Amino acid sequence: MLRKAEWTDQKVEIVIANLLRAGVTLAAATVLAGGLLFLLRHGFAPANYRVFAGEPTDLRHWIGIVRAAFALRGRGVIQLGLLLLIATPVARVAFAAFAFAMERDWLYVGISTLVLIVLLYSLLGVHGVV
Amino acid sequence: MNSLEFSILVGLGSFMAGFLGALTGLGGGVVLVPMLTLLFKVDIRYAVGASLVSVIATSSGAAAAYLKDGFSNIRIGMFLEIATTLGAVFGAFLAASVSTTAIGIIFGLVLLYSAYLSIRTPAEVPGDDQPDTLATRLRMNGTYPSLSGPRQYYVHRVPAGFSLMFGAGALSGLLGIGSGAVKVLAMDQAMGIPFKVSTTTSNFMIGVTAAASAGVYLSRGYIDPGLSMPVMLGVLAGALTGARVLARTKTQQLRWVFGAVIVALGGEMIYGALTGKI
Repeated sequence: MLRKAEWTDQKVEIVIANLLRAGVTLAAATVLAGGLLFLLRHGFAPANYRVFAGEPTDLRHWIGIVRAAFALRGRGVIQLGLLLLIATPVARVAFAAFAFAMERDWLYVGISTLVLIVLLYSLLGVHGVV
Repeated sequence: MNSLEFSILVGLGSFMAGFLGALTGLGGGVVLVPMLTLLFKVDIRYAVGASLVSVIATSSGAAAAYLKDGFSNIRIGMFLEIATTLGAVFGAFLAASVSTTAIGIIFGLVLLYSAYLSIRTPAEVPGDDQPDTLATRLRMNGTYPSLSGPRQYYVHRVPAGFSLMFGAGALSGLLGIGSGAVKVLAMDQAMGIPFKVSTTTSNFMIGVTAAASAGVYLSRGYIDPGLSMPVMLGVLAGALTGARVLARTKTQQLRWVFGAVIVALGGEMIYGALTGKI
């Protein structure tokens, strides 16, 4: 019983709030660092987003993004920050599933898991090359 | 224009979008895509990708502040997120097969509708205090803080709300907006959830919804780092500043001004799409 009382909805919400804030802060700092790298090297190259070409394949999937970021390519580091940002709500749902399990609320463990599966399918799947 | 100038200008524009979006409660997403496509001549798919990313940033940042107030209901949010995430993935796939002209026209119509929603006074839905069987089984009923202590509320019409949420998710995935207005509509008008609980829970859901379509956008190569960097940082800084100023301003006139801007952008988007400029 004591264990159950430790995991109230109120407490879960506070942990989630801190998780979200930390995720956004980390992502923004990474994007900023990557942006500075990118602009220092390519700031005077022309910017053209009028024609849609799609990103190179290595900046489309997390493995390639991590590799590009560790090679300190500016665009790779920015993309890693964006990936961290997209992962923040995913982490939030995963934590909610864990917290519901601590509350022994199995119905909501199931519901959170379902949402998590949709998110992971979107984030980790390879969705065609256009 | 070189990348440095482009980043500075787009960053400033995004800051304004985030700032006004936070002040009016309409979110920055609705003006971002029109600004990028009409003013900076960015391809609409890149614009939608960058906008989605910034929507995740502002929603997660704002949700962190709201969560501690005790208004949002994580059970309602989580259950409805099944609908919004499925809708978002569907919308993201749709974005690849629909022409940019069609996306431009749908975007314009959504802008006009959001402007209408922002200026009308929402009809008070009479609070029904009879518990609904499905909502009770899903443990959605809750309480919210009021001056006279915690107030109980009951949730209704779960299937109707769920379907509307799928639509909200699809719009979010197709257009790169948070579609908070549709989410609030589903909870407040269809499900009879108190307004303040609806808006805070909606804000909480926007990030998860946007993340569901952002994954698909990323793997299709629609998220460009050079463009998303100034957009995301600008919107986030603008939204944080806006939230700070919010307490000290009268928002009613501002909502009218912002509403007028949205109507103009909606018209521009439809005109641009029809004349093949988008």
